[in-house]
Amino acid sequence: MDYFLTEKQKVIVELARRIAEEKIAPVVSKYDISGEFPWEIMKICAQTDMFRVFIPEEYGGLGGGVFEMALVTEELSKVCGGIALGYAATGLGAMPIILFGNEEQKKEYLSRVAEGTICAFALTESEAGSDASNMKTTAEKDGGYYVLNGTKQWITNGGEADIYTVIAMTDKSKGSRGATAFIVEKGTPGFSFGVKEDKMGIRGSTTRELIFENCRVHKNQILARPGFGYIVALKTLDRTRPGVAAQAVGIAQGALNACLKYTKEREQFGKSIASFQVIQHMLADMAMKIEAARSLVYCTARMIDSGADDISRESAMCKCFASDMAMEVTTDAVQIFGGYGYMRDYPVEKMMRDAKITQIYEGTNQIQRNVIASTLWKK
Amino acid sequence: MNIIVCMKQVPDTNEVKIDKKTNTLMRQGVRSIINPYDLHAIEEALRLREKMGGKVTVISMGPLQVIESLKEAVSMGVDEVILLSDRAFAGADTLATSYTLSRAIDKIGNVDLILCGKQAIDGDTAQVGPGIAEHLDIAHVTYVEKIIDIDEKEITVKRLVDDGYQIIKAELPVLLTVLKEINEPRLPSIRGILRSREMDDIPVWTADDLDIDRNLIGLNGSPTQVISVDTPQLDVEARIFEGDYQTQVDCLLKALMEQKVL
Ligand SMILES: Cc1cc2nc3c(=O)[nH]c(=O)nc-3n(C[C@H](O)[C@H](O)[C@H](O)COP(=O)(O)OP(=O)(O)OC[C@H]3O[C@@H](n4cnc5c(N)ncnc54)[C@H](O)[C@@H]3O)c2cc1C
Ligand SMILES: Cc1cc2nc3c(=O)[nH]c(=O)nc-3n(C[C@H](O)[C@H](O)[C@H](O)COP(=O)(O)OP(=O)(O)OC[C@H]3O[C@@H](n4cnc5c(N)ncnc54)[C@H](O)[C@@H]3O)c2cc1C
Repeated sequence: MDYFLTEKQKVIVELARRIAEEKIAPVVSKYDISGEFPWEIMKICAQTDMFRVFIPEEYGGLGGGVFEMALVTEELSKVCGGIALGYAATGLGAMPIILFGNEEQKKEYLSRVAEGTICAFALTESEAGSDASNMKTTAEKDGGYYVLNGTKQWITNGGEADIYTVIAMTDKSKGSRGATAFIVEKGTPGFSFGVKEDKMGIRGSTTRELIFENCRVHKNQILARPGFGYIVALKTLDRTRPGVAAQAVGIAQGALNACLKYTKEREQFGKSIASFQVIQHMLADMAMKIEAARSLVYCTARMIDSGADDISRESAMCKCFASDMAMEVTTDAVQIFGGYGYMRDYPVEKMMRDAKITQIYEGTNQIQRNVIASTLWKK
Repeated sequence: MNIIVCMKQVPDTNEVKIDKKTNTLMRQGVRSIINPYDLHAIEEALRLREKMGGKVTVISMGPLQVIESLKEAVSMGVDEVILLSDRAFAGADTLATSYTLSRAIDKIGNVDLILCGKQAIDGDTAQVGPGIAEHLDIAHVTYVEKIIDIDEKEITVKRLVDDGYQIIKAELPVLLTVLKEINEPRLPSIRGILRSREMDDIPVWTADDLDIDRNLIGLNGSPTQVISVDTPQLDVEARIFEGDYQTQVDCLLKALMEQKVL
């Protein structure tokens, strides 16, 4: 499919592909085993300007948006969905500042993101997953400061990132209107890191607890206004879900690519398994589903970048569709590889493990379907 | 720090084909790349600039198609590139090549450091770097594996030799030829690629642009004459001994004694 990318977008895609093939491919299994944060790759992403693509020009960026971020994420994910997440979650952590930052905040933080400073976004807590309104982390006003207390759980890039957007309750009595978004920098006294999770997949990304113990954050660090925390979170996630969807498309495409190679090489009954029509049809289905998901992701990303505001439904659709697709395609890829597909020495079992998370985070696919369904009767 | 990197464009293969009639390299049909060692020279120059400030200029002598390779250098982040291209430069041997490059460097002026690759993967002589330094009457250090220290006045480098290494200190300006071990070349950046695409005014210097002795350039200035070029025939017999270790060792000993090696 020709998506009529601009010259600049083509340059971005080609270079991201080189990073994936030349720099990430040799270290995929190293990070899958160790679970360490892939700093060497993040530095390459920084040096090659990958973090600039979604930052406005006035802050040192290249002036692109969600679409460019998704293009890079897809390319990196073709080779490793885990390593790609260090990049994509920086986009997630920076998005609230892009959307709601005031001039000083943008100047201070976005220019650092453009240079490759890692970011994170912290909403989830142990008791507040799908039901984010049940959050317990508080931020109490004390003069010009807010004092944060509580623990955020499963925060991607936790401990590695320098810049965090943290949602905390400033006024419990107001329920979901009582949450506020803060920019918190690593190193702020009272801000530390807890358990680092040992995960099924995307092991080349870090998932960690953020612990706030009387952590004083100046009121200038508030994004938008006190009480706007949920709006910040929801509008951010609406705009970053195409990133998760692009990750899913990339993982699935990586699995198809591996299958195309393997089915030509593997022989049974005296022929390559690619010569069996059943296998060909499975590959055709995979290719079709991937292209359908990609089209939906690109359309959604372009719609968002055009400035459209009412995007929750499309954002939910592209994330839900692409991640379900990636789970199907990677499961079929393991099937096509047979017993070898189940072995660590072959690439597809990891892709299947990596694909699973895309159905869970940034809102589970059940929640996405709730969102989509809620729009169906609207005029 | 004013740094110049000499870059040669080479065919993308270690198996250089040679035209049997003219005994010169056949370039048609082979993709051209930046000489791999020169990528390391460019990378080292960029790192020095990041550390000390200044400017990196890449120069190359060759046909107009070298502009593609110079643009690649721009996409990695070098500040300026210059191509030396003129029919009068053609047919140059290493002496004429290094003389021509030295005249261009002299024209650029105020140079602190010149970096070359250890050798070109096609010509393979490793003579051009030292040749440039001699023409400019400055010091040079070959086979540099690491720049240990550098300031505005002098440089300390680690130089690899057959049986170990040397630590060498030199006054600037100096010319270094670098090994692959010195660094890992970076990928281009998006901004670099965009800048290189917009660049349609890459300076091309001809003999007229240089203060140069025409008798010392191109074919005229090249005392080396290629009489014949042969591909060495590898005439090696390989035998594989099988069985357990003891049997293999016995066979090997027997074979070595038969050959009168032992
Ligand atoms: C690897 C990883 C990285 C993450 N990174 C981040 C991060 O960077 N920042 C961050 O803030 N969070 C992050 N999260 C948290 C993630 O967004 C949540 O896990 C997710 O929103 C789901 O919450 P939960 O796990 O508590 O599941 P629950 O909310 O406990 O859901 C359990 C099950 O119930 C279903 N369910 C719940 N409510 C409903 C309903 N109303 N209708 C139908 N079904 C429902 C869910 O779909 C799910 O199947 C991360 C999680 C993981 C695993
Ligand atoms: C006997 C002989 C005859 C030759 N005859 C011809 C001929 O008739 N026609 C012809 O086209 N070629 C000819 N050549 C090739 C040409 O002389 C060499 O390619 C050229 O002088 C560079 O030498 P080299 O390739 O050995 O480079 P090396 O000395 O191995 O290169 C070392 C470094 O010098 C620098 N460098 C080398 N060449 C250049 C350059 N052109 N521009 C910028 N930097 C450079 C690079 O940094 C490189 O890494 C001949 C070569 C030999 C050995």
